[in-house]
Amino acid sequence: MALPQRKTDIGPPHYKQFLPPVIQKNYGKWKYHEVINPGLMVHVGESGDKLWTVRVASPRILSTTTIREHCDIAEKYCGGFFRYTTRNNVEFLVSDEKQVEPLRKDLTARGFKMGGIGSGISNVVHTQGWVHCHSACTDASGLVKAMMDELMPYFESKRLPNKVRLAVACCVNMCGAVHCSDIAVVAVHTKVPTIAHENFKNMCELPTVIGSCPTRAISPDPANKSVKINAEKCMYCGNCFTVCPPISIKDPERDGIAILVGGKVNSLRSNPKFSKLVIPYISNEPPRWPKAVAAIKHIVEVYAKNARKHERVGEWIERIGWERFFSLTGIDFTFQCIDDFTFMRDTMRTSSTFKW
Amino acid sequence: MKKYDTPLIDELEKGPWPSFVTEMKKAAKNNEMANDAVGHLEKCFRTKVGYWKHGGIVGVLGYGGGVIGRYSELGDEFPGVAHFHTVRINQPSGFFYSSAALREICDIWDKYGSGLTNVHGSTGDLVLLGTKTDALEAIFAEYSSRGWDLGGSGSALRTPSCCIGPGRCEWTNYDTLDLNYALTQEFQDEIHRPMFAYKFKIKMSGCACDCVASIARADMSIIGTWKGHIEVNQDEVKNYAKNGMDINAEIVNMCPTQCISYDGKELKINNAECSRCMHCITRMTKALKPTGERGATICIGSKAPIVVGSLLSWVIVPFIKVEPPYTEVKDLIRKIWEWWDENAKPRERIGEVIEMKGMRSFLEGIGQTPIPQQIKEPRKDPFMFYTEDDMAAFKAKEAEEKKSGKYKF
Repeated sequence: MALPQRKTDIGPPHYKQFLPPVIQKNYGKWKYHEVINPGLMVHVGESGDKLWTVRVASPRILSTTTIREHCDIAEKYCGGFFRYTTRNNVEFLVSDEKQVEPLRKDLTARGFKMGGIGSGISNVVHTQGWVHCHSACTDASGLVKAMMDELMPYFESKRLPNKVRLAVACCVNMCGAVHCSDIAVVAVHTKVPTIAHENFKNMCELPTVIGSCPTRAISPDPANKSVKINAEKCMYCGNCFTVCPPISIKDPERDGIAILVGGKVNSLRSNPKFSKLVIPYISNEPPRWPKAVAAIKHIVEVYAKNARKHERVGEWIERIGWERFFSLTGIDFTFQCIDDFTFMRDTMRTSSTFKW
Repeated sequence: MKKYDTPLIDELEKGPWPSFVTEMKKAAKNNEMANDAVGHLEKCFRTKVGYWKHGGIVGVLGYGGGVIGRYSELGDEFPGVAHFHTVRINQPSGFFYSSAALREICDIWDKYGSGLTNVHGSTGDLVLLGTKTDALEAIFAEYSSRGWDLGGSGSALRTPSCCIGPGRCEWTNYDTLDLNYALTQEFQDEIHRPMFAYKFKIKMSGCACDCVASIARADMSIIGTWKGHIEVNQDEVKNYAKNGMDINAEIVNMCPTQCISYDGKELKINNAECSRCMHCITRMTKALKPTGERGATICIGSKAPIVVGSLLSWVIVPFIKVEPPYTEVKDLIRKIWEWWDENAKPRERIGEVIEMKGMRSFLEGIGQTPIPQQIKEPRKDPFMFYTEDDMAAFKAKEAEEKKSGKYKF
């Protein structure tokens, strides 16, 4: 069968055609919204029109079968209109209040999970992992599934002082805003890469490889027509491997994950913050990463017990002090927690005032 | 079709959270590629290591991006994933869809690919996971003839994305959906034909809540703000108090600039001292509303840790009007790219180049003047550049002071 005529540089379709009539009518004229429960909110327009949003969990990796099921549901209750969120949840947009409960019942019957709105835990921003990435040192989807199975009550019903944004990056490239999350998991290498010198000259550019190293650990190795890596300077970031395939850094027994906490992206109350390292290493334990999951759940629970209403994890820790965070959580403080890369000047304590 | 034994990943079909393994198996039911992807993943879980090779250069005629080559080292063992390329489809603003549109996307993907997707990828594209090199032109013809285009990849403008904005939010300060569409259309060439030193991401949020995390992961963050006062509906304030809100603890004491007071009856805001952080507005959305001039703050440079550490975006333009046809924003973007192009080495993000060359070089390059809203605090050390022009200006000012007899600091 002949293919249709291709077109170039047309860009995406105009979004207006995908907006339900209630949004077209109240576009830019919304008055307020209320969170009815973690899976349901209502937006009210200046016109008095109402739009109910039912939010549903998604594993982000979706088969076309499931996307078609989303379509079936949207056609039945929402005139065919729905959307996905920046955290990869599905949102069904309902303009007729009478459709809300039947939709929720149907979703429950089909096994969909509603939640993620407001002061709880929403979907986890994450990367591809072993499913589809060349530089992954763990599986992101697997970790997310294991974490969220355990944290499900905070998605569906249980409330926290404020939202807790979770993220998983399967390597330090960190696709997505992993480095500014309340609790971030990042997979790390822990060993100096090895180099297949015989392939270097055919596959790699010397200046690019040397330039890829943030700690200047790479220098030319003329005898081998390759490079050498100074083991005392290498911090195992893997950027050299990204630009030069003969460099190998994966190690099944040594690759693992680190946990960082206290980041946020909004400017509410306090400025956006990076997440900071608290647990430097936990072994990769597929398929369910039990120690990593337990650590995350523990941090969420200590936060829930100690933070004031509206405080994000990072704001709570800044109020009580990092020394108190480590004592409350019982997490061992290690050398890895002290910055020796680019932020030491800003992160060491410069006063004699602290808590015990 | 080969049946793989998958005891490890089967564990991830248990438990309440929706399972990606179930999704992969659904796709695998009648698709060889997805079926081999399931077997391939089980092997990763067993050996605790990945088998995907570095991306190769694949794509469609006339484009330098939009498709990411992906090959497995284990092509003989899992022939369905020997080629398993990614196709990025540029999402509509705000991730809104009609069922008809998505069904069409699914039908084409089932015909040519694995039936597996990411809805969506981190940057915003609708990501189609897993197809073969010889299917790419057909895929592109099918999608583009129906109005869908590819997104960005490589050293290009990556697919811009935005928050839901006026589509469903009372807080937005500009039309994020429309600006996103306008910029995506304006810069089609920069998206599809990589011409930069490295990637460049633009993200648009309607307010300081920053629902697309633009401040953390966009080379250019466009964050909505306003200049007028916050309108207070005292009746609604009373309702919040009546419904159990401790206004002094939750609002007054949590205001970072201490510009709110509440005497048990009336809530007052000293608007001149408000820094527009959005805390009070998000907590009392029925009672508080920004008014007056609307626009955005433009920040630059955020990125993840590679190469020399993470950056958050820095304020460069504290306030800019954001109105169609967005000429001012578009011109600014072009100036930013021009400066970056002149100063970057390969694989240097703009934030890193600004760190190397200095913020002054950048601000002068794009025609912005220094103003205190750009900084948290001034420099701490006395090592600084004085140009001949700077000195001439200082001297001229002093000469004028002598004439007028009045100091001007």
